[in-house]
Amino acid sequence: MSVPAELGYTKEHEWVAVNEDIATVGITAFAAEALGDIVYVELPEVGSTVTAGDSCGEIESHKSVSEIYSPVSGEVVDVNQAAVDDPELIGSDPYGRGWLFKVELADEPADLLTPEQYTQLTEGEG
Amino acid sequence: MSQASSGGARTTPLHETHLSLNATLVDFAGWLMPLRYTRESAEHQAVREAAGLFDLSHMGEIRVSGSQAAEFLDHALVGLLSTLAPGRARYTMIVAEHGGVLDDLIVYRLAEDEYLVVSNAANTDVVTAALAERTGGFDVAVADESAEYALIALQGPRAAEILAPLTDADLSDLGYYAARYCTVAGAPVLLARTGYTGEDGFELFVRPAAEAPAVWEALYKAGRPLGLLPAGLAARDTLRLEAGMPLYGNELNTNLTPYEAGLGRLVKLDKPGGFVGRAALTARRSSGPTQVLVGLVGRGRRVPRKGHGVLRNGVHVGVVTSGAPSPTLGKPIAIAAVDAGTDLSSGEFTVDVRGRAEAVDVVDLPFYKRKA
Repeated sequence: MSVPAELGYTKEHEWVAVNEDIATVGITAFAAEALGDIVYVELPEVGSTVTAGDSCGEIESHKSVSEIYSPVSGEVVDVNQAAVDDPELIGSDPYGRGWLFKVELADEPADLLTPEQYTQLTEGEG
Repeated sequence: MSQASSGGARTTPLHETHLSLNATLVDFAGWLMPLRYTRESAEHQAVREAAGLFDLSHMGEIRVSGSQAAEFLDHALVGLLSTLAPGRARYTMIVAEHGGVLDDLIVYRLAEDEYLVVSNAANTDVVTAALAERTGGFDVAVADESAEYALIALQGPRAAEILAPLTDADLSDLGYYAARYCTVAGAPVLLARTGYTGEDGFELFVRPAAEAPAVWEALYKAGRPLGLLPAGLAARDTLRLEAGMPLYGNELNTNLTPYEAGLGRLVKLDKPGGFVGRAALTARRSSGPTQVLVGLVGRGRRVPRKGHGVLRNGVHVGVVTSGAPSPTLGKPIAIAAVDAGTDLSSGEFTVDVRGRAEAVDVVDLPFYKRKA
């Protein structure tokens, strides 16, 4: 499974797109595929603070529930209401319309995986 | 039919078929089985509206034969199998001496002196051993023949339409819980009108097992234009849950008697000759079950799952045994075991879903019943 080259990744299968000081966060196609049908997503509230590595939401699929770990630290400035209303978007377009939330960065993102490193990680798991 | 795979799990005779269909495989009871092929909700819906094709070759087939096979099963199981006519099947259970459920079973009577006992994959060894242990004094032989069979289920409202052109059996003459030998796509099959989805459908015991890929392929080709999808364990679980059917390990286990699962009707306490577990089950019937199974429908979107606590007006009254998002209802559904005597007709019921109370409504099982 190829991954977009312009994004950063985490071991918990989130992706991050940084545009100046705003980071957009989603889950990878690998994660979406592993989850199967996604039926419910809970996102952090706009205005709340998230910390890199901490749980800030959950994604529920038919078979299981997974925590969403924020890959970055800062204040949540936007959440994808369309994905909350129609969680199937996350599975059908994980890098596009299925994005989850946006964070105004408090720090530079640290320890993100490159696309090559992330691909290696998923090949180990897949 | 089992071969060691890289993960140590056994594979079924349809393993190559699953790989070619790009299935997501999981280890289930020591077997590498399809979890899903495409999307579990689409597979679920296909079974409700058209048809689904399942590989159930992990399940156990135990042959019980001999001049006293009927009397033996009356002694070894909770049901009355001696009254079963050849060519018919019955849902029953095997319990331990203390009354706890060792497994739930479908038993097919193949002939006057021959039965096929179908067990859950995880329990096949336990059931075979328990049956063998109980043969003393009976002219009967117990043989685990699971490796000889592949088991394919074809389920859904269009199942008969798909199967009819491929078999020499007259399906209009094969009633619910009936079984007969026939050929399907040229392969010898024990064809049964049974299932675990809440829909009309068939289970095909293919022997020799090596014929299974050809049978699967024929059903798949005939069914695809009618909306058939191959369906995995994920869809199988939501289908049986909607139909209110118990799953061993969730609603049933060795600490519970059939009465705790609301299945006391399966226990024939008065059958002649007694049976293993009779004393314990007689006592349990008179004392009453310790719990009852109820249906829960979530009002929100977070899903009650196995192990979550059930509360009435904030007081713990039970635990969820199975839960999933229901594709048919579009809401979370669950089966829960609640303490006997809990007032179900009033009060606010909630489920503790990872630390947060989610409001649920208590409903009668099943959640889904097909139109007659």
